[in-house]
Amino acid sequence: MATKAIFSEVKSNGLGYWSTLGLLGLVVLGGVWAFTYMHHHGHYVTGMNNQVVWGMPHVFAIFLIVAASGAANIATIGTVFGKTIYQPLGRLSAFLAGSLLVGGLIVLLLDLGSIGHVIEMAKGALNFKSIFAWNMLLYSGFIAIIAVYLWTMMDRRKTAKSLYKPVGIANMVWRFLLTMGTGSIFGFLVARQYYDAAILAPLFIVSSYVFGTAIYTLVLMTSFKMTGRQLGDSVLNRLRYTLAIFIVLVLFFELTRHLTNLYATEHHGVEAYILSGDSKFTTMFWYGQVLLGSLVPLFLIWCRFLKNNRTALFLASSLAIVGGFFQLYVILIGGQSFPLILFPNADVSSSYFDGVSNAYSATTAEILLGLGGVALSLILVVVGMKIFRLLPVTLADANVDPHHK
Amino acid sequence: MSYIDSYRRKFLGGLAGTAAVASLAPGVFLREVQAKPAEQAVTDKVRWGMLIDTTKLTDGGDACVKACQNEHGWGHDPESNDAQQAQWIRKVTVTEKLTGHTTTLPVMCQHCETAPCVDVCPTGASMKRADGIVQVNKHICIGCRYCMMACPYKARSFVHENLTDQLPGTPRGKGTVESCNMCVNRVDEGKNPACVDAAPQAMLFGDLNDPQSRISIALKTYGGTQIRADLGLNTGVRYWGI
Repeated sequence: MATKAIFSEVKSNGLGYWSTLGLLGLVVLGGVWAFTYMHHHGHYVTGMNNQVVWGMPHVFAIFLIVAASGAANIATIGTVFGKTIYQPLGRLSAFLAGSLLVGGLIVLLLDLGSIGHVIEMAKGALNFKSIFAWNMLLYSGFIAIIAVYLWTMMDRRKTAKSLYKPVGIANMVWRFLLTMGTGSIFGFLVARQYYDAAILAPLFIVSSYVFGTAIYTLVLMTSFKMTGRQLGDSVLNRLRYTLAIFIVLVLFFELTRHLTNLYATEHHGVEAYILSGDSKFTTMFWYGQVLLGSLVPLFLIWCRFLKNNRTALFLASSLAIVGGFFQLYVILIGGQSFPLILFPNADVSSSYFDGVSNAYSATTAEILLGLGGVALSLILVVVGMKIFRLLPVTLADANVDPHHK
Repeated sequence: MSYIDSYRRKFLGGLAGTAAVASLAPGVFLREVQAKPAEQAVTDKVRWGMLIDTTKLTDGGDACVKACQNEHGWGHDPESNDAQQAQWIRKVTVTEKLTGHTTTLPVMCQHCETAPCVDVCPTGASMKRADGIVQVNKHICIGCRYCMMACPYKARSFVHENLTDQLPGTPRGKGTVESCNMCVNRVDEGKNPACVDAAPQAMLFGDLNDPQSRISIALKTYGGTQIRADLGLNTGVRYWGI
């Protein structure tokens, strides 16, 4: 048996449940409006252009997709590495992962210029040299594996139990490939100064753990609070330190990435632009990602005076999400904002914005589309909690920690 | 390489380029493209290419840009702002920081042999014809813009709005990506690309696979520079004077 914990659906029909659903529904409606508006008029109503071709919707979409992979990591620790304290957390972990992925993919899909042509892909128009095409398979495969994984956790039949670990391993391997594939969307762009680096693949993997663990912690704390379930410090502290370790790993990979770039003369320009320029990306990197999104959460987690402090953990997780968002914004938008280098050591100009930093500000429609994806993911989770037995009845210390006294 | 060597090489290169154009000029600008019957498949026996002598472009490429606009009808999309406006070809001014030497040149799709835009396209809409012409199949382009991210030359544009009255030879549509297609419609009829006809004194179009073609002879004799040759893309567009 995967876990001895007892699970139950969310039984509440109270105001809290329905108002949560209602609020999220409104945000989804905003996203639907944004899609129809952009689809009807074309992308001229967005801040995106021929220089910054991917904008705010892509930041949201990639954030959700990367977070999905990381959210499933909680289940992996229980299944693959046999940590029993994580096993009761597995169902929510897997379900949350699937929901985040669906939200991200919907945003990505709805931003396409010719969404109707996607049907051609189903008819076989797929180019397997494209990492994008591979990602389509990796994403849809991930949802299938998550479905089977949930079945192995939730069905009491022997077959399901025997498949619990193998499917957990398959899920872990698949997640590795999926997040590598997402990082490689940028890693494979040979001509862009800020991309074209294999390290983006592992960077995205460790970032996924930060985003996923942070979102999982928030969802767990909120749902347990709203449904009146007991949540002990043992579980929360595991999540707390897992989050901290991954934040440190992201900082390490970022340091390596930037140092490597700083060593190569050809990348000095873009590194100066991001790290020490007067653009918004410099502020976002140092204050958004490093300070607010990494150092402050680490302080909140490791400060001795905040031991077992739930508000500190909630805040740390929220800030890690904000930091992650800044991280992706700087990579995506900052990387495109820096001009392509056609002629090194020369001043270049043209009517097509050669040689200048490209401006971008997201319009309301783009932000609403992205938020719609986030809200859709959360709606799926909230509804899922009511239909399926995702949440353990209790995660009190005495129930989850055999060494608890 | 020392500064002196670099200077000497550039100087000699410039001389060679000038000599080449002077000697080839009488014959170089003759049309050597043969019309292809519609029922005949495109073949890889041919690889279309272009040679641009920037020193002979008296207007820096303005006429080429204008001819391309007239041929394909881009650049006047009413709702799009300047940054969203399509540009299939543009005049780029390059000033070397050390020497202050300035060159202007037209830059468009370089029709790479191993095109990054073709590699990254998820549907295969971004494609290279057997004869080396890189273009977009708008019927299956989903408008993801990954090819625009991948292109080292910023040669591609995205159509940001609904369009009407497009030119019959150039289907353009909202939500798809487009770029220089070497005037494939004209080439199949045995004509030169519009930009080449607009600057015949400076541009040469022909078959890079045919050792007897004028473009091949000119390139074999005097070489030709690729923009960002370091990427190893083996571009179909080569330059003199940059």
